Amino acid sequence: MFDSLSNRLGDVFGKLRGRGALTEADVRAAMREVRIALLEADVALPVVRSFVDQVTELAIGQNVLRSVTPGQQVVKIVNDALTEMLGSETAELDLAVAPPAVIMMVGLQGSGKTTTTAKIAKRLREKERKKVLMASLDVNRPAAQEQLAVLGQQIDVATLPIIVGQQPVEIAQRALQAAKLQGYDVLMLDTAGRLHVDQQLMDEMQAVSRTANPAETLLVVDSLTGQDAVQVAQRFTDQVPLTGVVLTRMDGDARGGAALSMRAVTGKPIKFAGTGEKLDGLELFQPSRIAGRILGM
Amino acid sequence: TGKARLDEADLDRIEEALITADLGPAMAARIRDRLAERRDVAANGTEELRQIVADEIAAVLRPVAEPLDIDAFPRPQVILVIGVNGSGKTTTIAKLAHLFQEQDYGVMLVAGDTFRAAAIGQLKIWAERLGVPIMAGPEGGDSAGIVFDAVKRATATGIDVLIVDTAGRLQNKRELMDELAKIKRVLGRLNPAAPHDVVLVLDATTGQNALSQIDVFREVAGVTGLVMTKLDGTARGGVLVAAAERHGLPIHAIGIGETMEDLRPFDADEIAGIIAGNIR
Ligand SMILES: Nc1nc2c(ncn2[C@@H]2O[C@H](COP(=O)(O)OP(=O)(O)OP(=O)(O)O)[C@@H](O)[C@H]2O)c(=O)[nH]1
Ligand SMILES: Nc1nc2c(ncn2[C@@H]2O[C@H](COP(=O)(O)OP(=O)(O)OP(=O)(O)O)[C@@H](O)[C@H]2O)c(=O)[nH]1
Ligand SMILES: [K+]
Ligand SMILES: [Mg+2]
Ligand SMILES: [Mg+2]
Repeated sequence: MFDSLSNRLGDVFGKLRGRGALTEADVRAAMREVRIALLEADVALPVVRSFVDQVTELAIGQNVLRSVTPGQQVVKIVNDALTEMLGSETAELDLAVAPPAVIMMVGLQGSGKTTTTAKIAKRLREKERKKVLMASLDVNRPAAQEQLAVLGQQIDVATLPIIVGQQPVEIAQRALQAAKLQGYDVLMLDTAGRLHVDQQLMDEMQAVSRTANPAETLLVVDSLTGQDAVQVAQRFTDQVPLTGVVLTRMDGDARGGAALSMRAVTGKPIKFAGTGEKLDGLELFQPSRIAGRILGM
Repeated sequence: TGKARLDEADLDRIEEALITADLGPAMAARIRDRLAERRDVAANGTEELRQIVADEIAAVLRPVAEPLDIDAFPRPQVILVIGVNGSGKTTTIAKLAHLFQEQDYGVMLVAGDTFRAAAIGQLKIWAERLGVPIMAGPEGGDSAGIVFDAVKRATATGIDVLIVDTAGRLQNKRELMDELAKIKRVLGRLNPAAPHDVVLVLDATTGQNALSQIDVFREVAGVTGLVMTKLDGTARGGVLVAAAERHGLPIHAIGIGETMEDLRPFDADEIAGIIAGNIR
């Protein structure tokens, strides 16, 4: 991940640094290459556009071009803007509410919600000694509830017993009840995958959210996502109070554009990166490290 | 002479629309250049512009639109279904099985994904709903073994189509790709023509990485055709245009929902129209 974006930007930066003097035209040419590099990495077009505009303005507006090392300064401007785009701080889960703290997972079909639910549960149990209950509200996908139950056994975390025929809001109510009565610290709600344009399922998600009043609502996004990331992120952001994003499949070889777009579009921090199918494949998302990797530092 | 051309503003709009449809900057620029050279087009308004672009894209896609036919002899025709995690393989198998059943073929499924939690359970439920036989081993079992047994059984019982589910894997995972190559070899042991089809399932929400998926899966497993899922959302699946130019692999069908009826033949003009619909 990120290697080829890093190489492309490295080429552009190399050319800039190598020059003594820079004209406005040189900067604009370099920014055209930055634009293409970002688009090839699947950064969302509106994000690319505002990024390139902002950086171009800074680079030609100030006294950059008249300075002794204009190339260096332009590179620095790009670096700073990229780092800012990713957000600077790592963002932990905020579960400081009266228990049980509810974590609700939402996202498109197949993005990795169920797997990530189990990964986070495992992390909370092992690292923070929390007593965690998981419940699947997925009544759509065949064997979805069974999938979470199997994962629960693998990591020794309890799952809400399955009652066939119960609907998502009812399951959420039952899960809350069980979590309260049995003294759980955290209740994780895995939901069915849904398209952001499927209003019926978006309504269902809102109803569950009102019922469960989650401390964290995490949008699970596949890091292989292309330009559709904008639509998805906007619609989910509009319809449910998101607190953060999880990027899955960061173990792939995608160029990582979704990572760059997500923060810009949702305005929410990326909290975790999924790095494998196995249940220990979860890392805190560290924006400064990612920026460093993209920029080859 | 006053032959009509598209102006720069039109071309800019086209290029941006193609990029937001996931054609990628290079492919978008290529189509832009082609349209810029044409002296026989001009657009009065967005609708006309969409038509011009749709025609250009359809011309790229038409040669690869090709249904998945059942014509293997001897039977069964073995269809291996592969792809990255969560792309829609298992659901697509249910859809294909339903399609073949409607064409009066006898279908059998085999649960080659023994890794993902409840993957076997998921395929079993589909088999039950379809009313087709399924071969499945234990979770965590050996997938090469179970698919071998399935070919044997399907051959012995006169099944027309055997569809093989596999675990999702990212194409940069060497070990998992080797395992896939092994599954493919094992399928060919009883009948060297098997698998007759190796279908790569792509998720329409995926961006430019889909091209790398095609490259690597093709090299490792000899992909013979593509299915693109999740076109019922706002993703346009524009990578197929670049893929069609680069690989010329058949595109068999598209997925437009989560039920077994939600499979449609790949229609080049329809997809081209959807992509061009991004022009604002
Ligand atoms: N390589 C890799 N695979 C992952 C990761 N996260 C999830 N997966 C895989 O992606 C596939 C889909 O994951 P699920 O957790 O079932 O996704 P989901 O969002 O719950 O899917 P639906 O409930 O059908 O919407 C599975 O094969 C997982 O093993 C990750 O970080 N890396
Ligand atoms: N909206 C929509 N959802 C789909 C489509 N095809 C599959 N899905 C959903 O996408 C999710 C993943 O589908 P699966 O068939 O389990 O994907 P898979 O490739 O077998 O996943 P793994 O085995 O975990 O790698 C499920 O929730 C499906 O219902 C489609 O065409 N449209
Ligand atoms: K996906
Ligand atoms: Mg799930
Ligand atoms: Mg599957």
